[in-house]
Amino acid sequence: MLQASFGPAADVFGELARLQGLLDQVFRPLDRSSIRGQAGTAFPVINVGTTPDTVEVMAIAPGLDPATLQVTVDRGLLVVAGERQGTVPEGREGLSVHLRERFAGSFRRVIGLPQEADPAKIDASYRDGILRITVAKRESSRPRRIEVH
Amino acid sequence: MSNELQTTPAREPEATGRSEGSSLRYAVPPVDVFEDEGSITLLADLPGVSRERLGVRVDGDNLVIEGTAEVPAPATIEMIYGEARLAAYRREFTLSRELDSSRIEAELKDGVLRLMIPKSEEARPRRVEVRVG
Repeated sequence: MLQASFGPAADVFGELARLQGLLDQVFRPLDRSSIRGQAGTAFPVINVGTTPDTVEVMAIAPGLDPATLQVTVDRGLLVVAGERQGTVPEGREGLSVHLRERFAGSFRRVIGLPQEADPAKIDASYRDGILRITVAKRESSRPRRIEVH
Repeated sequence: MSNELQTTPAREPEATGRSEGSSLRYAVPPVDVFEDEGSITLLADLPGVSRERLGVRVDGDNLVIEGTAEVPAPATIEMIYGEARLAAYRREFTLSRELDSSRIEAELKDGVLRLMIPKSEEARPRRVEVRVG
């Protein structure tokens, strides 16, 4: 798991994005990647954080039908996959497309969960285009107070 | 930061802009814009923006889309990996004259804003009859 601290500096994000690219390569050896590479095209954008009790994964994925979202856990890897339909009508007569910047197509992202995450206790919710996945930490890994007698 | 709604080529969606007179940084949301005989449709990705935090306004021929994302995270969270921070979004477009800005329809669903800007009646294409003399 990445141990970098979360700072406000923009270059930290660049560095982390590069690291995630590396992780994606390691964990997805069988998947084909885009001929133009992955930089800047990753969808959904992912943030990961921890609280004392949970690991929080936030996937910024607007415009999806929650029913078509696939969230799976396999051996410590969290996989978020699905498809976002293009909204520009194709091949309609008299239609001109002026801008087409939004992501369309199928996606799959893999996130390595920290060891203390408990894959049996996962909760996922989708609101305002943000998929939030909460993975509980194992009881044994939670911080606890030790009484001094 | 202003796009001609009908003629500007695609710009970098990830670019961040700085609006005049403000120190706030805005993310520029990616958009799709397409047009048929009757209207122009605009879709913008505004993840994390609820209806209360979204502003769509027309000022003269200027269309402004603004929104602030609400981060659904617990207060005790410590970030360990981040590709992007949810932010304030802003993007402006210049409307052309044949568009009827008083009848814009807006809909926000799952972080995607959909705007339908109708053309005024007289601007719609119509067939001109040619009489044989």
